[in-house]
Amino acid sequence: MDVFIKEVVRVGIADMNVVGPGGTIRTIGLGSCVGVVLYDEMKRIAGLLHVMLPNSELAKSTDFNKAKFANTGVPALIDALEAKGARTSALRAKIAGGAQMFQLGSNESFRIGHRNIEAVKEELKRCRIPLIAEDTGGTNGRTIEFDTETSILHVRTVNKGNQEL
Amino acid sequence: MMDEQYRLTDLHLDVLEEIGNIGAAHAATALSTLLARKIDMHVPNVELVSFDEMFEVAGGAETVVAGIYLRIEGDLTGNMFFVLPLDSANHLIRLLLSESYKDEKCDPLSNELGISALQEVGNILAGSYLSALSDFTKLKITPTVPSIGFDMVGAIVSYGLIEASRYSDEIIVINTQIEEAGEARDTSIEGRFFLLPDPPSYQTIFRSLGVL
Repeated sequence: MDVFIKEVVRVGIADMNVVGPGGTIRTIGLGSCVGVVLYDEMKRIAGLLHVMLPNSELAKSTDFNKAKFANTGVPALIDALEAKGARTSALRAKIAGGAQMFQLGSNESFRIGHRNIEAVKEELKRCRIPLIAEDTGGTNGRTIEFDTETSILHVRTVNKGNQEL
Repeated sequence: MMDEQYRLTDLHLDVLEEIGNIGAAHAATALSTLLARKIDMHVPNVELVSFDEMFEVAGGAETVVAGIYLRIEGDLTGNMFFVLPLDSANHLIRLLLSESYKDEKCDPLSNELGISALQEVGNILAGSYLSALSDFTKLKITPTVPSIGFDMVGAIVSYGLIEASRYSDEIIVINTQIEEAGEARDTSIEGRFFLLPDPPSYQTIFRSLGVL
């Protein structure tokens, strides 16, 4: 009997990683953050980025973590996928997150979810990566997991059920 | 990153611990008065942690909790959370609205009145915490009206990390737990206060207490 142990790669907040054929990649507890999955369907290679802020211009230092921002995180993930053997021209995107968890907030955090979504979409467009599916906005948190076998993005929420993208 | 502004010494950590102590002690007293029950307070924990570690401190990124959130404005800016496990939130609402919840099967969290009661308790407790902090530091502190959410820790607490994330990938968390005295774990009320000052506000706190 063959026993398959699926590789599950975990990605933290303001972090990114890639996974090879057969594996899955996940990030948990997305609120206003956006999870960006880029994948090469034929090569079954995928990467996941957990974006916290829309633009690196918000950074107070020049030595920042690229995965934290939409505009620097998407290109960094493309580079990491290329290094893993994915073809940039074949990459597709699925995204989830960008909720507004609370009705009140500071100027900076107010509607940050919405700004994150817009910034991710703009960067995908700039990098010419088609956005295939999204589950964004709303007021609920999300846990997401992408399966390289099926290219399905599983989205789990606490109050709004689960879905597959 | 933090080091460029100042080096955190034991004295700084002691000051932040004292802030957690004074704030949560007042909040515990307020809750004790409200419920006519004895509420204990644990020794505050002050740590410099990564964002992922911050979620672990609050119970794990995917754990579902009740979270009351306030933005702090004034001389001191930052974010404050009062986070309760769902069981505790339910239990607290039952105690507050005992007449309305004689039926044990009724889930208070699915009820508008229960949620607004919990939000008001969060408001009172956070208000006690922050007014004690204001008295201690002589800083003007004005919290916003609280918002409440029932969701994963990561989704809720990440809201308080946004401002800090512009400066670095770590945050100083002042974490204080309050707990109903001597009760069995499944029926006790416990909750945690997380005070997350914006990075520039640390200077303000230390200066106000003469330890810069």
